[in-house]
Amino acid sequence: MLVWFLPRVLALPITFTLMNNQDKVLLSHGSGGRLSHSLIKDVFLKYFTEPQLLNNEDASTIPDLPAGKLCFSTDSYVVKPIFFPGGNIGKLAVCGTVNDLSMRGALPLYLSAGFIIEEGFLIKDLEMIAQTMFQYSQKSSVKIITGDTKVVERGAADKIFINTSGVGIIPEGRSVSTTNAKIGDYILINGTIGDHGIAILSQREGMNFSSTIQSDCAPLNMIVESLFNICSSIHVLKDPTRGGLGTSLNEVALASKIGIEINEDSIPISRTVATACEMLGLDPLYLANEGKFITFVPPEEADKILIEMKKNQLGIEASIIGIVTDSHPGLVLMKTIYGAKRVINMPSGELLPRIC
Amino acid sequence: MSLTAEFKDPSLVRAIIKNMSDIQTKPLTFMEFCGTHTQSIFKHGIRKLLPKTIKMLSGPGCPVCVTDQKEIDYSIALSQLPGVIITTFGDFLKVPGSDGSNLQKARAWGADIRIVYSPLDAIQIALQNKQKKVIFLGIGFETTAPIVAASILRAVKDRVSNYYVFSMHKLTPPATKAILNLGEIKLDGILGPGHVSTIIGSLAWEFLPSIYNLPFAISGFEAVDIIKGLESLVKQNVEKKPQVINTYSRSVRPEGNTRAIATMNEVFYEDLACWRGLGSIPDSGLSIKSSYKKFNAKDQFDIRIPEPELFNPYDCQCHEVIRGLIEPPECRYFKNKCTPDNPLGACMVSSEGACSAYYLYSYE
Repeated sequence: MLVWFLPRVLALPITFTLMNNQDKVLLSHGSGGRLSHSLIKDVFLKYFTEPQLLNNEDASTIPDLPAGKLCFSTDSYVVKPIFFPGGNIGKLAVCGTVNDLSMRGALPLYLSAGFIIEEGFLIKDLEMIAQTMFQYSQKSSVKIITGDTKVVERGAADKIFINTSGVGIIPEGRSVSTTNAKIGDYILINGTIGDHGIAILSQREGMNFSSTIQSDCAPLNMIVESLFNICSSIHVLKDPTRGGLGTSLNEVALASKIGIEINEDSIPISRTVATACEMLGLDPLYLANEGKFITFVPPEEADKILIEMKKNQLGIEASIIGIVTDSHPGLVLMKTIYGAKRVINMPSGELLPRIC
Repeated sequence: MSLTAEFKDPSLVRAIIKNMSDIQTKPLTFMEFCGTHTQSIFKHGIRKLLPKTIKMLSGPGCPVCVTDQKEIDYSIALSQLPGVIITTFGDFLKVPGSDGSNLQKARAWGADIRIVYSPLDAIQIALQNKQKKVIFLGIGFETTAPIVAASILRAVKDRVSNYYVFSMHKLTPPATKAILNLGEIKLDGILGPGHVSTIIGSLAWEFLPSIYNLPFAISGFEAVDIIKGLESLVKQNVEKKPQVINTYSRSVRPEGNTRAIATMNEVFYEDLACWRGLGSIPDSGLSIKSSYKKFNAKDQFDIRIPEPELFNPYDCQCHEVIRGLIEPPECRYFKNKCTPDNPLGACMVSSEGACSAYYLYSYE
């Protein structure tokens, strides 16, 4: 299974070791008959081991939910390529929905997983994806308690698409929303921007550049919880995924009807991403992230939050990147490293399709 | 350390601007020819940092912006042919045709259109799809023309028989002359395009001081580069000694890149070209020589397209923006009917277009 993570040149000569492992998903695997059952049993149930799944019921029950407001989210994952430096579509499918719940201040609890698989997909790849999903559901303490598999004919889907939905509970007293930014709030981010976008881009056909950059894909619920433990007045949480930091800041500015001013030199960015962007003419502000979040907090809490973020592996490069102002509602301005201010707009059109 | 770090040094930028403010005398108007300069100037907020007496105009140096309407219509028509794969730079996808269509819409309706970063990638696509005809839409100035020429030479060498180029390439010195000859704007200097000059060399611009008595400073694209270029233009004005000053010597040589020029000359010849905003300019475009005509999409695909209306159906003011006559916000459609999501004119499409740069980065 390690073959996938080897560079292509190394992977080729040893394909013969995969001969026993070349079983493919057939249309009949999705027919609901015996083959469907064996696919579910041999691949999914090997990893998805929650008792709710084992009885083969049409729907799962959730026994006791903790007190608070129920939070519910769904997302579909169509990333291309499905295996990329730092993760695969399965990791993205778990982390993405976990993070969406976290961004409302919810404790993510349960996930569903729906697979649309193209006929001919390698079973060993499916297994690796299922295994990754299990691994990251464990890491983020969520349980996958219901699922579905459909197989479509060749060409009707590109390899595999996954949908995950998730439920979580927002404990009493939390009020986190993109509409909730307050004048004077400090804006923080937990690390470097654009890593996921460049990691995916470096793998795309026709992109003849190699980079050491790994996707930042990671579940954020633990680091977010650590912040709630020390601060009860977090106003906004937002993960700058598709559309990147620039888009997320604009969404908050519009939703909260406030102005935002950020400092270019305080935005963390790795040298590799900066160089790749320069080469390709991309703006890192609009590149996707899958393990980053911004948070808006009262100014007096900012230093405390920053210190707490930096304690976490996912926040080592955290930084205070800007403030909320009342002077230009709905508009995001950036002070460039030269001291001039310019607008950060919503991006237009397809920067990179199928990034997540 | 990034290779370009020293050219991004904020304290150096401030120091040179301070110096410029000290030496400057009368109000001066400079034009940056190149779209990459336009983008960089707006992105870094450089216009706001300059002394009040310096006015910057954006010139016609965005390849997408100056592409003639008829060529855009022709490109879209090519995409409709059966068995064809169109390969193009991404910027070109959203440029509106005369009928409001564009390549992006054509793709949604089933045309096979692929974005490439280099025409050499288009050759790969041709090799992988031998039953299809792969057409590369060749837009750009002297900077992209050599690599497109190289792709045709590669096709010859590798015997690729299903690769075609629709050449819309344009040359910058003739366009610069055309703008000056129109006499519509009064300039005190031109910030010379660094990439183009890397290919054609600084000597190619000597006509500007000698014939037009105009200061010219070739500059790179980082903030320090641009400010140094502008400083040179200010000094030349004060000293009243217009010349070609190369402030981008780490890339630009007097004679240029002779190998790139030779490659370009092997495949292309100078031809009459039609520019959006500037009209037909003799010897300002590059057409494929007859010895390579089997790669010439214009020769190999017989399609007729209706003559487009003058400028465009919405009477957008791109043509005035390109000539430096108006600033993008002065266009009647700027930010209302014309936005990057729904561009009426090419200047709003390309990231190097003046309208797009204004829309994206400027906020007054």
